[in-house]
Amino acid sequence: MSGPVMDPRLAPPFPQAALPILQNTQLRKNVAHATDVIQTKRNRLVAEKQDWQQLRSAAAAIRAHVLANLAHYLEEFEKNCTAAGGVVHWARDAAEARQIIIDILREEKATEVIKIKTMTSAEIQLNPSLEKAGISAVETDLAELILQLGDDEPSHIVVPALHVNRQQVREIFARRMSLPQLPDDPEALAAAARTYLRKKFLSVPTAISGANFLIAENGSVAIVESEGNGRMCLTLPRTLITLAGIEKVLPRFSDLEVLLQVLARSATGERLNPYNSLWSGVVPGDGPQKFHVVLLDNGRSEILGRKVERQTLQCIRCAACLNTCPVYRQTGGHAYGSPYAGPIGAILTPQLEHMQHAQSLPYASSLCAACYEVCPVKINIPEVLIDLRAKVVDQEREEASRWTDPMYMGMKAANFVFGSASRFRLAQRFGKLGLRFFTDKDGWIRKLPSLGARWTLSRDLPGMPDQTFRDWWAEREARGGKEAR
Amino acid sequence: MRASLFITCYNDTLFPQTGRAVVRLLERLGVDLDFLPAQTCCGQMHANTGFRGEAYSQAKRFVQLYRDTECVVIPSSSCVAMIRDQYAGLFEELGNEGLRSQFAALLPRVFELSEFLTDKLGVDDVGAHFPHRVAYHASCHGLRGLHLGERPFRLLSRVRGLKLIPVANLDRCCGFGGTFSVKNAEVSTAMLDAKLVDLLATDAEYCTALDNSCLMHVGGGLHRRNLNMKPIHLAEILASTEGPAG
Repeated sequence: MSGPVMDPRLAPPFPQAALPILQNTQLRKNVAHATDVIQTKRNRLVAEKQDWQQLRSAAAAIRAHVLANLAHYLEEFEKNCTAAGGVVHWARDAAEARQIIIDILREEKATEVIKIKTMTSAEIQLNPSLEKAGISAVETDLAELILQLGDDEPSHIVVPALHVNRQQVREIFARRMSLPQLPDDPEALAAAARTYLRKKFLSVPTAISGANFLIAENGSVAIVESEGNGRMCLTLPRTLITLAGIEKVLPRFSDLEVLLQVLARSATGERLNPYNSLWSGVVPGDGPQKFHVVLLDNGRSEILGRKVERQTLQCIRCAACLNTCPVYRQTGGHAYGSPYAGPIGAILTPQLEHMQHAQSLPYASSLCAACYEVCPVKINIPEVLIDLRAKVVDQEREEASRWTDPMYMGMKAANFVFGSASRFRLAQRFGKLGLRFFTDKDGWIRKLPSLGARWTLSRDLPGMPDQTFRDWWAEREARGGKEAR
Repeated sequence: MRASLFITCYNDTLFPQTGRAVVRLLERLGVDLDFLPAQTCCGQMHANTGFRGEAYSQAKRFVQLYRDTECVVIPSSSCVAMIRDQYAGLFEELGNEGLRSQFAALLPRVFELSEFLTDKLGVDDVGAHFPHRVAYHASCHGLRGLHLGERPFRLLSRVRGLKLIPVANLDRCCGFGGTFSVKNAEVSTAMLDAKLVDLLATDAEYCTALDNSCLMHVGGGLHRRNLNMKPIHLAEILASTEGPAG
């Protein structure tokens, strides 16, 4: 089996991408178990917080305020980061961002670069470009390392190797680190990774990170993590490049008080992340002496201009929506064909693609709204999903292929039918006649053609009853109303 | 008390027994019930599939039809959620000021069935008798859209003879999701199978809910798998005074 395709331009539509995963019992078991564990912790830590809803509201308000004043805060960040000794670059799209990063690394004569987990670098397909430029990227986040060594792709924003279990990690490490005797207990696996990574930390002078937050008022960058590997990357190298989406900025240092609380509790079910790194520019004699920040747009300012969709950019990448999503629970992240999986991926990915790719993603949801309920910055994901669906349909209205799409034609026909009660009543009668052909003697339908076959794939359908409600009511009225019942 | 019944398009067509049960139940409680034959659909299917203009025409039709009624009762929480969560946006974008104010005036008078019983009529005990083991499935729209909370449980707890058995993972979607069940049939089926595991663990005779849409999916799955549990709308349990509703 070939590996998952994580480029939204090339990935198959969600329903197809999900098919092989639904057959992968082990992967689904791993995903269900891991999300259950995280969710249980998250729910416990949210429940202990009396003011959780107020915290959520505060976090949402801060993020909405940033988006309403994004240009202002970005310029403030640039000014203060530059004053602190950093170099700020602006990248309009993925290609520009990749080029900026490669140019910096070439100037450093780098052949190797160590990386902290950054989904933004996966968004811009950075690693393959680095390889082409003759620079090998070494993932130092434990989960990312597992994936890199296993030729696999991330399936979760916070826990990228969530679909891999301990025995599978042992197998990958044993094979790639030439440790045939490696046991599968967590200590042994962590020790193997530590030995492997320590050499890299001590020898590679260039690093790439993402950012959880950029602080406008002092030009700081904040990264939270659980392992300390990130801090190694942030402190040991000579040159550090931080890649951040333009929406990651916060006005003030004190805003972290709210956001670090909601992030840690939502993401990993912890009161605070074990490592919270914050730095401003360059400090002579301490840490990286060259610091670059690449601010990435890549479709974000387009999202900013949309009334309903703008809230997508409030996201702080906690992945609580993934963990609670009943769809993600069945498919894991690879079916989404993008490093951004789950409900947030379903709304973010097609927008980053300017609504030209990944158009099946807004439909990869039953609109159950569990995501909205847990979102620490109150992104109404179902509302955005529905709005994106309307955009997909509006594009379809222009395409000739709509006339042969049974869903499209069915919707148009239904709309005509619902436009008048007499048409509706007529359709009920014709429907009954038509369905009679497919209805078994016991009154159940087991096999339907066309779109109906998608229903009868796994579900029977009760045949149409002898009398619709409206006909029953009309008959009752004719008999003189309720007494005559 | 006068109320107008919006039965919903799919209850009208596929589940008339639910509508008859609502009539039996509400008339037993002294409600003067009315049914406007011009009604069709609330527009949810179109709105949730992305057919906004079409959803708007149905939303407009609903408001124009019901604007003068005392209150509207709807035995489907997802249709009520459609009206509460999406009509305002549709009218904001596509409607005029008149329509918006008509809708604003009508909205507080639109009730889901369990809301109508517990909030408007103020009854928990509707005088029902249903001597069976029952599992309650909380539909997502009822749970997170309408925040029905304890309402269905209060109603069920007062039904004579009924033994309510708790369902694990009550807040997890059954996988119906309207056109999702067709567009993503395989994933929808995987979600259904997970839901059936939780439902079957109750060993209940009936699975009840406030949405026949979920029940069509769950019931269709139960029937396909030759399982004995039967789907039944809560209205049919509440209407029942002796044994299962016919």
